[in-house]
Amino acid sequence: MDWSTIMWWVMAAVTVIPAVMIVLSKDIVRLAFWLLASLTGVAGLYILLGADFLGFTQVLVYIGGIMVLILFGIMMTNRDAVLMRRGETTGGAMLTGVVIAAATALALLKVVKDTKWKEAAPVEMPATTARVGEALLTDYVLPFELVSVLLLIVLCGAAYIARRRPEET
Amino acid sequence: MTTPYTLVDWVLGDGAGWLARFIGAILVWAVPITGFVSFVGLLSIWLERKISAHIQCRLGPMEVGPHGALQTVADGVKLLAKEDIIPADADRILFAFAPMLAFAGTIVGFAVVPFGPGLIVADLDIGLFYLAAVGSLEAIGVIAAGWASNNKWSLFGSVRAATQVVSYEIPMGLAFVTIAALAGTLSMVGIVEQQQGWIANWFLFRNPFTWVAFIIYYIAALAECKRAPFDLPEAESELVSGFHTEYSGMRFAIFFLAEYAQMYVVSAVAAVLFLGGWYTGIAPLDAAIGGGTAGMVVGAGVIVTKSFLLVCVQMWLRWTLPRIRLDQMMYLCLKVLMPFGMLTLVGSTVWEHFLPSPAIVKDGGGWTGNTVMTGVVVAAIGTVALVAYVRSVIRATPSLRAASNS
Repeated sequence: MDWSTIMWWVMAAVTVIPAVMIVLSKDIVRLAFWLLASLTGVAGLYILLGADFLGFTQVLVYIGGIMVLILFGIMMTNRDAVLMRRGETTGGAMLTGVVIAAATALALLKVVKDTKWKEAAPVEMPATTARVGEALLTDYVLPFELVSVLLLIVLCGAAYIARRRPEET
Repeated sequence: MTTPYTLVDWVLGDGAGWLARFIGAILVWAVPITGFVSFVGLLSIWLERKISAHIQCRLGPMEVGPHGALQTVADGVKLLAKEDIIPADADRILFAFAPMLAFAGTIVGFAVVPFGPGLIVADLDIGLFYLAAVGSLEAIGVIAAGWASNNKWSLFGSVRAATQVVSYEIPMGLAFVTIAALAGTLSMVGIVEQQQGWIANWFLFRNPFTWVAFIIYYIAALAECKRAPFDLPEAESELVSGFHTEYSGMRFAIFFLAEYAQMYVVSAVAAVLFLGGWYTGIAPLDAAIGGGTAGMVVGAGVIVTKSFLLVCVQMWLRWTLPRIRLDQMMYLCLKVLMPFGMLTLVGSTVWEHFLPSPAIVKDGGGWTGNTVMTGVVVAAIGTVALVAYVRSVIRATPSLRAASNS
């Protein structure tokens, strides 16, 4: 086994084991920290695939931004109320979940087995950042700008909803 | 991706197996950097005590070692020997995990901080972006600490930390983008190499807008480090000591070390982005030193000195300015730093388009009409800012206001 294969297994474990723990965990804060580990694993897999920019975007957006906001939201809830929600999953729901998960896993395994995979020689990965930047400002400038405007609208909308109305003060 | 020449290659030679390279990387980089972080912690804590003491007309620690230089070592021994207390209702696993996460989140930043020419763990192609990405990892450790302590003061502290870090990432990112647009690269080594030559080539003096970007970056960095005047997450007078109220002994020491390590990281990044990295700013001197081992040693000395000077400025600010309120903190970020950050980005690119700086002059030119103009504009902005500051001080001080009205 070479270096990248070992790292792949490590990253796969870091992604999958916390993902299972998210499902099994009943403490909402622990769950958020398992999600953190899982997202880190996904970022590691991106970087192993040579998509370093995408990998660190994952860290910046999901771990640095969304995870902090999720934790922020959880802290606004009442700690006792959160802890009292333990053990509410019923047997029926558990059974349904297991069946659906098993069916999906079987279907995916069949796809993996039946697909004729092409073996490609490993290539030296060129740096992606410069090409991502060029693509965003040349070929994809219109979608890029549209997404920016959309996000701006979302931002304004959120600010409007969160704003204190004059009559409430 | 070109494999950069690294110390590991130099030590092991080419063709070493991955396991040898992995262990080599730990021995060559991880161990010395952890040692360096401890050294930074020791030195900064001593400096902080001395600087705060002298600002307040005291002597500070004087007993242990010359001028109290060994006081921090003595305190470290005390912290190691202290009982490790975990509150009864705390989330024990998260409580133990939080300081590790905070420390690890800080120390990963050292991966792209250069210590001199060739002295960098990994000259990543996306170094600056990496820094922006890992910059908020420490906050997650702080949030975990606040939650796991099961203490209202801790929780308030970590909610404040979360707000602050998420908000100030944006102006900091805008300052990063301003420099990245000028440098045309995100690699830390690439950014430093563009500032070779005379001091006028430093990005700080490249155009008037980068000057503003530096101030924006430095304020945002203070907030990211949770340093005064942004020490709301641990405000002693309101929250006991914020997110680490329940921490004692070694776990507390690790939070403390993480804070000082982060102060060094943000200062070193400021030195790289704006203050010429390992270049002295005197072109003939740099040329005389040359590359090789001499260049490495001098370069390391220069960049560490610059970083420590900026750390000292952080301490100076801490003991000069009062803590701001939560609403003032949000106001400063959203209504002051962000608009100015966007203006800086646009202004800097427009300036470079119409008044392009000469291509980086290797032989130490760089003093052009553009430099002079930058100086004039910076001096003008500085004067206006000074006048505005003096006016606001006069307005806020009743006795001075009466004197100026009469």
